[in-house]
Amino acid sequence: MSAQDKVTSVPDLDLEVLEIHLLLTAIEQRYGYDFFNYAMSSLKRRVRNIQCDENLSSISELVPKILHDPQMFDRFLVEMSVTVTRMFRNPQIFKRIKESLLPKLHTYPRIKIWHAGCATGEEVYSMAILLAEADLLKKTHIYATDYNNQSLAIAEKGIYPLEKMQDFSKNYLAAGGQCSFADYYHAKYEHAVMASILSKNITFAHHNLMRDQSFGEMNIIFCRNVLIYFDQILQDKVLTMMRDSLIHRGYLVLGDRETISFTGISESFTEIEPRSRIYQKQPEISGF
Amino acid sequence: MYAAQNSYSAIAIGVSAGGFEALAQLLPAFPKDFDLPIFITQHQLMDADRNGFIAKYYSQRCNLPVHEAYHGTQIKAGHIYHSVSGYHLQIESNGSLTLSVAPPLNHAIPSIDILFESAVEYYQSGLVGVVLTGQNTDGAVGISTIKAYGGLTIVQDPDGAEARSMPDAAIAATQIDAILPLDEIGPFLAKLSNRESP
Ligand SMILES: C[S@@+](CC[C@H](N)C(=O)[O-])C[C@H]1O[C@@H](n2cnc3c(N)ncnc32)[C@H](O)[C@@H]1O
Repeated sequence: MSAQDKVTSVPDLDLEVLEIHLLLTAIEQRYGYDFFNYAMSSLKRRVRNIQCDENLSSISELVPKILHDPQMFDRFLVEMSVTVTRMFRNPQIFKRIKESLLPKLHTYPRIKIWHAGCATGEEVYSMAILLAEADLLKKTHIYATDYNNQSLAIAEKGIYPLEKMQDFSKNYLAAGGQCSFADYYHAKYEHAVMASILSKNITFAHHNLMRDQSFGEMNIIFCRNVLIYFDQILQDKVLTMMRDSLIHRGYLVLGDRETISFTGISESFTEIEPRSRIYQKQPEISGF
Repeated sequence: MYAAQNSYSAIAIGVSAGGFEALAQLLPAFPKDFDLPIFITQHQLMDADRNGFIAKYYSQRCNLPVHEAYHGTQIKAGHIYHSVSGYHLQIESNGSLTLSVAPPLNHAIPSIDILFESAVEYYQSGLVGVVLTGQNTDGAVGISTIKAYGGLTIVQDPDGAEARSMPDAAIAATQIDAILPLDEIGPFLAKLSNRESP
């Protein structure tokens, strides 16, 4: 067959929109997860992926499967969740946190930090390490949440493939780490087990940003590479909830390519430095 | 040859190895009043270009504003949007940009196929797809999808390309409308502006 003979077929896009609508309706009514405000282009790719893996000829064939089989819903959740993460992801952001934020935290008697969308926990341990090195970990409580229970379980165990440690260690140094990354885990066969001192003050919990409320009064909220899953409406909703659960002049840390510029709450924050992705909550401007 | 259509709605460009020089040559060809949005997915290393140097560099050399792609950016005609390292760039059904951290495709994040496939679902036959130099096969699937939707497909002539495997793969994947040397691609695309059509 020559290249010219190969035909790529074009899906019926209107029909696909209808099928996805049916699927999301089924999920919402059966399992209470409202995916209608997820960014559609990404959602579609994930759904097509499942369709392909499950050998289904149409997306709507997924509807009865998900309705009748909770495991199929779990499969959907995990597929939607895309838990790609690393220790000290974008190390320069952690360096900025270490240099600009941590010194200010010393004045607080208690510190509360929330990692929303913590995936398998690497970001949480990264922060715990920085806090430990700044001698702040003891008075800090960290809340690490995600809606993906599978990844939360990994986060809670704090066990990662040993082969990743080289990359993590490089990032740790780039973030300004003061010791050796190897001090924070011990190797066990093919795995690295994170030091238990790091997780003593961490609470891992299931939390769904589409629906659940805040934990209140945080000094810092991490919400990195999570907003990109959402459309404008859900982003605004989640960001408003986060703003309201930050203390006066608390900080919001976003992902490397996320900004609040296009959202409804851009007025409530100022970025501590351009491109830092670290936003500080501003005092409310009263209407009078 | 391609069916000459009066108007196109957007241009999507995919480029990898040798892309920096190729784009520096191509992008200045667009005139100030060019009125289609242009999306570029360029393969980059992880954590590359954190200071937005690339967009600034092209901006200084182009008649059109060049932006790094941020999640939620509303697409404007006559603006150029450049992918960022570590995120796939997609076109959303409401005319905005979406980033994603989905697994790499063809070992690439950003992946050209992902840009092409999302863009063509939005612009359909109004999309112009361009594959330039690169050492990969990314973009081949995407450009055949663009072809299937009736969009216009253009590939850099592999013979003059810095790295030929990406153009070769695109040509093998579907019947390409125009295979052009790099220096002719800019002027060719510049003529696709709506303003110039009758
Ligand atoms: C790409 S990971 C980001 C991990 C880490 N914050 C980082 O930047 O490396 C995104 C995480 O957001 C989670 N997530 C997506 N939608 C969510 C929701 N509605 N509620 C809670 N978590 C969500 C996913 O399950 C996933 O683990």
